[in-house]
Amino acid sequence: MKTAVIEFPGSNCDHDAYEWPLRLFGKPPERIWYTSRDLKKADLVIIPGGFSYGDYLRCGAMAARSPVMEEVKAHAERGGYVLGICNGFQILCESGFLPGALLKNRTLSFLCREVVLRCETADSPFTGALQKGSLMRVPIAHGDGNYYCDEKTLRRLLGEERVAFRYVSPEGRVCDEWNFNGSMDAIAGILSENRRVLGMMPHPERASEALLGSSDGAAVLRSAAKAIDEKNGAAKNG
Amino acid sequence: MKARVHVFLKEGVLDPQGKAVANALKTLGFEEILSVRQGKFFDIETSLLPKEGSEERLREYCKKLLANPVIENFKVEVVEP
Repeated sequence: MKTAVIEFPGSNCDHDAYEWPLRLFGKPPERIWYTSRDLKKADLVIIPGGFSYGDYLRCGAMAARSPVMEEVKAHAERGGYVLGICNGFQILCESGFLPGALLKNRTLSFLCREVVLRCETADSPFTGALQKGSLMRVPIAHGDGNYYCDEKTLRRLLGEERVAFRYVSPEGRVCDEWNFNGSMDAIAGILSENRRVLGMMPHPERASEALLGSSDGAAVLRSAAKAIDEKNGAAKNG
Repeated sequence: MKARVHVFLKEGVLDPQGKAVANALKTLGFEEILSVRQGKFFDIETSLLPKEGSEERLREYCKKLLANPVIENFKVEVVEP
């Protein structure tokens, strides 16, 4: 699996995202500056967290309209894989890759803490190594992570099992108290229609080594690597 | 031509900022406050002439960038020719 990390002015988790495949698989990703139109033939494009364009106008709004995103869109339309984390999720929503929007946290404060996520579907390239219902401890760090979409979109997301992760209590229950940012239906991450684009507010790349307090997040990248390597192998052999 | 574009949250979309402002006003003694919705506006100078079609052009700014149609509505007005 070849990976690439997109860097915008104001991205600040690009190094975390860079280290992620490097430490798990020994393979450094390509670093792609936002003015570039060359994704270097990456299988998986990671849009990292941060504050692209200083969060001016709306979080992710300017980044969503930058040259590199046209290429990311073309990549996704060709069936390519995309993972947007935190600001990356906001950018994917602003680009129209994923439905809905991320509003200000209901607490109106920046939330920086560990949360518990429940995997809601194992049927995706990003969750294949997980079990439906399994729990992960990963951090969040955002001011605008309050997922919102209209009723019709929500029904569709639920019907197509496109909610990848929900915020839950340590026992694995959805409850208001553990849905810190106030996201609709406690949604922490959603998939595209073809399930190859995942946007999520929590940071799996910051929870991929025991030293960081949790290594649960590694499963997201390991799942993607397995799915992509299998697909590439099948293409080569078939 | 000068124009002003208003962008505001759609009805039903949660507005935590507006809520906080409403609470702050109430705390200051303005007990008559029922609700506050916070929005924004953009003052824009263009080389467009205020003729037919220029408002449509302003609406394009909104659709392409200034507003997020998932959560926001907008209103455009020509302020000064």
